[in-house]
Amino acid sequence: MSRARVRGLWFAGTLVVSLLLMLIPLPAPIQPLKPYWPALFLLYWSLESSDRVTLGLAFCVGVGADIFDGVLLGEQALRLTALVFIALRFRSRLRFFPMWQQTLAVLGLLMNDRVLLFLVRVLGGEPMPPAAYWLSPFVGAAFWPFVFLILDDLRARLRIHEA
Amino acid sequence: MALNRDGSSPLFSPSVAGTLRLIVYMALACVLMVLDHRNGWMSRLRYGGSAIIEPVYRLASLPSDAFRTASVAFADRKLLTEANQRLRENLLLANAKLNRMASVAEQNERLKELLDTQHSLGITVQLARLIDVDLGAYRHRVTLNLGARDGVSVGQVVIDARGVMGQVIEVMPTTSTAMLITDPNHAVPVTIERTGLRTVAYGAQGGDALSLPNIPVSADVRVGDKLVTSGLGGRFPPGFPVGEITESGQTESGMFLAAKAKPAADVARSDDVLLLHDLAEPVGPPPAASVAGPPAALASPVDAPAAPATTRTPARTTAPARASTSGGAQ
Repeated sequence: MSRARVRGLWFAGTLVVSLLLMLIPLPAPIQPLKPYWPALFLLYWSLESSDRVTLGLAFCVGVGADIFDGVLLGEQALRLTALVFIALRFRSRLRFFPMWQQTLAVLGLLMNDRVLLFLVRVLGGEPMPPAAYWLSPFVGAAFWPFVFLILDDLRARLRIHEA
Repeated sequence: MALNRDGSSPLFSPSVAGTLRLIVYMALACVLMVLDHRNGWMSRLRYGGSAIIEPVYRLASLPSDAFRTASVAFADRKLLTEANQRLRENLLLANAKLNRMASVAEQNERLKELLDTQHSLGITVQLARLIDVDLGAYRHRVTLNLGARDGVSVGQVVIDARGVMGQVIEVMPTTSTAMLITDPNHAVPVTIERTGLRTVAYGAQGGDALSLPNIPVSADVRVGDKLVTSGLGGRFPPGFPVGEITESGQTESGMFLAAKAKPAADVARSDDVLLLHDLAEPVGPPPAASVAGPPAALASPVDAPAAPATTRTPARTTAPARASTSGGAQ
């Protein structure tokens, strides 16, 4: 019972950390390169424990991220729901991909997410984003193997410690 | 999606229920977005949740604060000496300038008294610090460490040592958000100092610059001209430096001159800023709703809602100066 609780806390903790990572300010030159952390963390969890990640959870995380970000309520909720839906639909295949193929898939997912954001912004009357806007998915995909391995390793350690 | 090409997975047949749920959630998100866009729910929600949001902001800005502290703690001795030397020189220079300024200000005061102007030179300001929180990329906004409890209100002008930075657009109990003048949604009425030409400076699309898209073709605008606030529109007090023209040329249609300007304030720097307390005196049409006609007691209920509509609604009006001054710029 306690073990399950620790794992639940760990699950919630990583999601909170991903929101914090999203808010951390970076120096202006590397600002556009900041990966979309909540998406990476949610992707990891939807691949690793799909019973906990549902569309409703993705929606709630998205609304939370929106409230912290203060841009437009519902924008990230829409993006994360779409992302998690695709990830859950192809979960069985994504899980057994070798790492490089998985990384490419993540790149595709993040790119799709950027396109969604772009559509929302343009429909909302925002100006066209600069070219650097499209760089973030590549950085996110480059971070993916590390995020995946580190989270996996930490999860395994936690399980051993508890057992 | 590259993964879509070979149809559905045999392990996970696409269930109708899943797709239906997706559609429901996406529709919900869209409804939220539209409602927020129209009614400004976000600011109300953020105000309510400020007890949670503000500590998170402080937490998120810890790494960069720590980095700054560390860079000071481990700074090179030589660098520090150099910086010290430079600062000393700057201080001397500034003091010299200040002394001269004092006499100029005194003279100015005398002249103003002669002219019997009711404006005073003294401005009340409040020092605020930027909290380093990134509110969405490509949005030129900053978070300040003062809020409603410190007497900050929406519409206050934010300046730094060199010029106008922006204005407060959202106030929470202990923090507030300001929109910078480089934001594409922001407009500030300006005067070209050399010629006295009035125009409007918008935030440029992409990049930390200002754009002045509608200057009359016959106007005399040169690179290096200084822009100062004109005080029209009643939001920015007159006479604060805004920027300096970096390029100008005809628009494609040939109807106007378009110019680009570099902001005078260091908008990209995260440091201390000043919040102006006394707002500019409202210029232009008098705000008081005309009480012409029959007395208010006799007014029909249809007329009654018209009066509140003239008060300023700060929720989403990010560039209130635009409407009232664009006419004057033509």
